[in-house]
Amino acid sequence: MSDVLLSVQDLHVRFDTYAGRIYAVNGMSFDIHRSRMFGLVGESGCGKSITGMSIVNMVPHGGKIVGGKILLSGQNVLEMNEREMEGIRGRRISMIFQDPARSLNPVFSVGNQIVRVIRQHIHLSREAAYQRALEMFDSVAMPDPERIFRSFPHELSGGMQQRIMISIALACGAELLIADEPTTALDVTIQAQILALLADLRQKQRISILLITHNLGVVSETCDKVGVAYAGRIVEMGETDEVLFRSKHPYTRGLLAALPQSATRKSALQSIPGNVPDGLTLLKGCPFFDRCQFVMEQCRQTPPPLIPVGGPDEDHRVACFLYPQEQSA
Amino acid sequence: MNQTPLIEVKGLSVHFVSSHGVLRRRIRRVRAVDYVNLAIYPQETLGVVGESGCGKTTLGRAILRLVKPTAGQVLFEGEDIVQLNPSEMRRRRREMQIVFQSPQLSFDSRFNVLNLIAEPLQTHTPLRGEELTRRVVELLEQTGMPGEVLFRYPHEFSGGQLQRIAVARALALNPKFLVLDEPTSALDVSVQAQIINLFQRLQAELELTYLFITHDLSVIQHISDRVAVMYVGKVVELSTTDAIFNGGAQHPYTKALLGSAPMVDSARRRERIILQGSVPNPANPPPGCTFHPRCPVSLPLCSQVEPKLMDTGNGHLASCHLLQGEVVYPNAPPVINV
Repeated sequence: MSDVLLSVQDLHVRFDTYAGRIYAVNGMSFDIHRSRMFGLVGESGCGKSITGMSIVNMVPHGGKIVGGKILLSGQNVLEMNEREMEGIRGRRISMIFQDPARSLNPVFSVGNQIVRVIRQHIHLSREAAYQRALEMFDSVAMPDPERIFRSFPHELSGGMQQRIMISIALACGAELLIADEPTTALDVTIQAQILALLADLRQKQRISILLITHNLGVVSETCDKVGVAYAGRIVEMGETDEVLFRSKHPYTRGLLAALPQSATRKSALQSIPGNVPDGLTLLKGCPFFDRCQFVMEQCRQTPPPLIPVGGPDEDHRVACFLYPQEQSA
Repeated sequence: MNQTPLIEVKGLSVHFVSSHGVLRRRIRRVRAVDYVNLAIYPQETLGVVGESGCGKTTLGRAILRLVKPTAGQVLFEGEDIVQLNPSEMRRRRREMQIVFQSPQLSFDSRFNVLNLIAEPLQTHTPLRGEELTRRVVELLEQTGMPGEVLFRYPHEFSGGQLQRIAVARALALNPKFLVLDEPTSALDVSVQAQIINLFQRLQAELELTYLFITHDLSVIQHISDRVAVMYVGKVVELSTTDAIFNGGAQHPYTKALLGSAPMVDSARRRERIILQGSVPNPANPPPGCTFHPRCPVSLPLCSQVEPKLMDTGNGHLASCHLLQGEVVYPNAPPVINV
């Protein structure tokens, strides 16, 4: 097994708003191994994006990381000061988002933007930074890098803009790329291109990728491992095929059953009753208990720990009292 | 399906024209919908699928005459609604409604649920007062919302609940035909399933006909009887859902589209077809077949001659030079000048 690059341990994030305190992340834990792609999947409001932002210690205004550790090669990112963080963000961990048009500055050429990022982090001459930028554009399969260098964001399509974002993110040799819904705004044929590119970069440049998405299909086709998030914690994780094809948690099963597939044609789809919890109250028991068809008394009282299911994949874990609880997590 | 179509679209084109330059002489013409022909039969769901900018939304709106077609006919029960005068059109509008992707944007945030749903009833029917309220409650219950929500406002609801209210409003005038424009694209999977089930139940109960527009292939496959695939303003393939999704897709674009959609399916870890490039700008489409620059199997002919939609057997329509078949709409599209 490859070694752990990033370990998120018992992360808690909350937001204080006018509406009250929102418990966004409640004990999220997972590991990302070197040169692997980990999918963090869940519906809106499950805390997946906030977890991604917490990793670079950039929780949006009003939010606060109130517990847990984020270890990058053993060092706790959350204990670093702002200066040390600058050496991490963009240098060792980079992030790309759903809408590349909003991440790029419309008034500067994309070349200008990548050169700035490179020179911020690495001591390179203007000329060397230019060469580095062209190399990066080439590595993300951009045709005609010199022309692209002089283009402005609005002159490029969504797929091209996302390639630019990826090249900027990786320009300083980041080890971990956090991709938050990187293909959600793109058309399927372009999505396929970007996903293939990420898979290719992971292999060639040996970077690790945290892919945050709501799309189980994307996870199924790209990730080595997956964590299913619900109400700010992981309810099931493991090798992608184990989690998706031998799911244990009632929520994972419910999500998969709700997907329209060839087999379900024209029949009624299974849906999960109720709504995702709003995060305004910190639930005492399992966060899923009021939507779960197998709910037991125990589920209302204590949150189930994430424990191994004991299958062939020793990393396949589930947080549910339906499964034997002898082993401790 | 040997019945009379509810809607027949004949040679429908919607071009958006804008002028540029100092003297406004440079004309830019976006062929959003270009010579589309199709029929929609009673109580079926015709799915329209395609990438952004392919004209699927404009097609849906042109069929309802929410945008004015540049050319062509839309026959609703045999009557060309493109030519109707405003009062005749108003009568027809009751029979055709639309549900949009984002109810947050299509609802007036200062209206409560009662006003939102009552508005079309007040415009088109004599219902007032208690009778009106009763009808609104009935509509809400039909879409799975409790009647108590009457005096609540859009911001108090989740996306799925709002979409139910949008459906209730669309059903207020007992339409025969609904255009559903990406109605589940903004929803989470578990809620999407509820709304899809709702559409299927309502279709069976109220004998509705749907034009279901989406970019999501798995949703199209689930809900449609027939599927039209659009690319840069044109229908490039049209057939039954079974034919298209169970290995019978004929157009190289349809095959690529199916191959690039990510799916959770252990049996379908198939060979992915990854297309190069992106969708061309509809203001400046490539000559010949608009797909030829990205097509993995294009011929020299493809960059010169535009293929026509052909019946390749059993009513399966596709437009590709590699296919053999009978040309369905032999008349050349009219040259349109605005």
